[in-house]
Amino acid sequence: MTLTTPNPSSMPAAASPEQMGEPDAQGFFGEFGGRYVGEPLIGACMEVEDAFVDAWADPEFHAEFLHTLNTYGGRPSPTTECGNLSEQLGLRLLLKREDLNHTGSHKINNVLGQALLAKRMGKTRLIAETGAGQHGVATATAAALLGMSCTVYMGEVDMQRQALNVFRMRLLGTEVVPAMSGSRTLKDAVNEAMRAWVSEVGDTHYCLGSVMGPHPYPWMVRTFHEIIGIEAREQVMELTGGLPDVAVACVGGGSNAAGLFAGFADDPGVRLIGAEPAGGAAAGRGVPAIVHGMKAYFMQDEVGQILEAESISAGLDYPGLGPEHSHLAKTKRAEYYPVTDDEVLDAFQLLSRSEGIIPALESAHAIAWVTKNAADMQGQTVLVNLSGRGDKDVEQVQEILER
Amino acid sequence: MNTAATPTTVARSLEAYLTERSSGRRLLMPYVTAGVCPDWLELVDAVIDAGADAVEIGIPFSDPAMDGPTIQEATVVALETGMTPAHCLHRLKESQFGVPLIAMTHYNLVYRYGHERFARDLFEAGGWATILPDLPLEHASEWIDTAAAANLENVLLAAPVTSDERLRTVVDATGGFVYVVSTMGTTGARAGVDDAASVLASRVKALTNKPAVVGFGISNAETAVAAAAKSDGVIVASALMRRILDGSSIEEAAQLVADIRAGLDAAYTP
Repeated sequence: MTLTTPNPSSMPAAASPEQMGEPDAQGFFGEFGGRYVGEPLIGACMEVEDAFVDAWADPEFHAEFLHTLNTYGGRPSPTTECGNLSEQLGLRLLLKREDLNHTGSHKINNVLGQALLAKRMGKTRLIAETGAGQHGVATATAAALLGMSCTVYMGEVDMQRQALNVFRMRLLGTEVVPAMSGSRTLKDAVNEAMRAWVSEVGDTHYCLGSVMGPHPYPWMVRTFHEIIGIEAREQVMELTGGLPDVAVACVGGGSNAAGLFAGFADDPGVRLIGAEPAGGAAAGRGVPAIVHGMKAYFMQDEVGQILEAESISAGLDYPGLGPEHSHLAKTKRAEYYPVTDDEVLDAFQLLSRSEGIIPALESAHAIAWVTKNAADMQGQTVLVNLSGRGDKDVEQVQEILER
Repeated sequence: MNTAATPTTVARSLEAYLTERSSGRRLLMPYVTAGVCPDWLELVDAVIDAGADAVEIGIPFSDPAMDGPTIQEATVVALETGMTPAHCLHRLKESQFGVPLIAMTHYNLVYRYGHERFARDLFEAGGWATILPDLPLEHASEWIDTAAAANLENVLLAAPVTSDERLRTVVDATGGFVYVVSTMGTTGARAGVDDAASVLASRVKALTNKPAVVGFGISNAETAVAAAAKSDGVIVASALMRRILDGSSIEEAAQLVADIRAGLDAAYTP
């Protein structure tokens, strides 16, 4: 196992890459994105956009963000060479270890960025939606750190699936509110959080957890996660002397994938792969919808009602794909493939046994895609973003395996 | 059935119609979710008889992020009956109601239906306008153009937080009337309509002659009369749907509309 440390000062200097650049003035990546929200939220979105643009151009904000990421979030995260599994699969497997971040996933990057931004905007309260609870825990953590109050909306079904994360959030001083509508999962938590934001916009920042929602969120969240790709690129270069052939990440809304892809989007030789849950494969079905403030690929029926995603991992249980990913899918710069729950369970156990790393069920989707397609990638360098650790999923997996 | 309006025989201009109807009195527009009860079309008829100037027809969408708990509940009930945009428009067309209908839904259903097809079918169903709360003016021009070509208008919302500069653009671009959002929250009946409604209605009236109608939070005659002080009328949605969801009969539910009509007429006479 080899650890490398990139030069942190390289982060703010990274220019927006050509492939994953800024959206247009209306918030579109190609034909996807926009700001499809009600009039009461338009001003709030504009306020966030102005604040973000202003902050991101301010070296002091950068310094504060980076300092917090490094001294509190645990960055830079290492890149790990997986010797055993590489040998077994006939390829060179590298893991970007976002599971080693504080709170156990990549989510902390975005949350610290948004919480610092909210503070800069004079907001005193954070609200967030969460699926698996990772983003909720991360938001609760940032709120505790910065002395802000916090409310997290979580589908009632997810609250049962991830009871431990619910307790974690409460321990951190956050109020957890069950989303009782619809499928009572992530998409309903998003609806609840947007409703709450409408009525509390004065003192409250909506800390959206993925590269989705109305402009500027998809762009801003990706930007806060670009550190993943920037670090990974340097680390892989250092480890292997070149770029990876393939960069793989799991995709629900797509935040960890967006962060990883941003580091390689302008390297045409690097295949970008998003592993979607088979029960939530928005890209695969390829029909744009306008929901949750954006135009993006969504699973929907023939008249346009949004379908409920079904996945073993609550964090990927989302029927849509962020607008920038939708654009990357449409332009074929990135490829998105479904993996089944069974394949994910196999990968979960395989990585645990082979490398001593228990991945989050979400991240196990990316591993599953690699094992499934290893025959086509013999001898290649494959970089996987290990977006989160699996502690939260161990109990659920135990129940399934011992059933 | 209300015979004051003969919309099918005149060129459809919701703005002209509402302007005329609001002269010396106040407008009342109830909202009915299509499919909220098996006899929802009778409910539409009943609220017209109770004094509606126009009726908003909610076409249920799976993810009503802009709606409060009551309309969400109505939406779930309606979707469970299998209500679709096409079915809704078909039933409205069969019914040929005597006042203008305004389709209120989330934009995705219009997008998927196809702009031109939706505009044509809505017009044939007796529709005069659309309200698409999640289609802000930045993204609305394509739909507004298509709707206009089909003789339909598109109503835009104004919120208390809408800046003066933006409000000017909203009142210029809206069709039919200006939908004044009375509170910062999502749809839902409230005990009192906050002052924000009056302030916003006054701001709108200072900028345009188009009717300004207050929605969100109208629960009874008292709140309606208060909301109509500085505006041209009110929309009653959640309070009406609440009655139906709680098991009220069509007559009992329509009585709410009749009470509000009486309250408005008593308070605002020429």
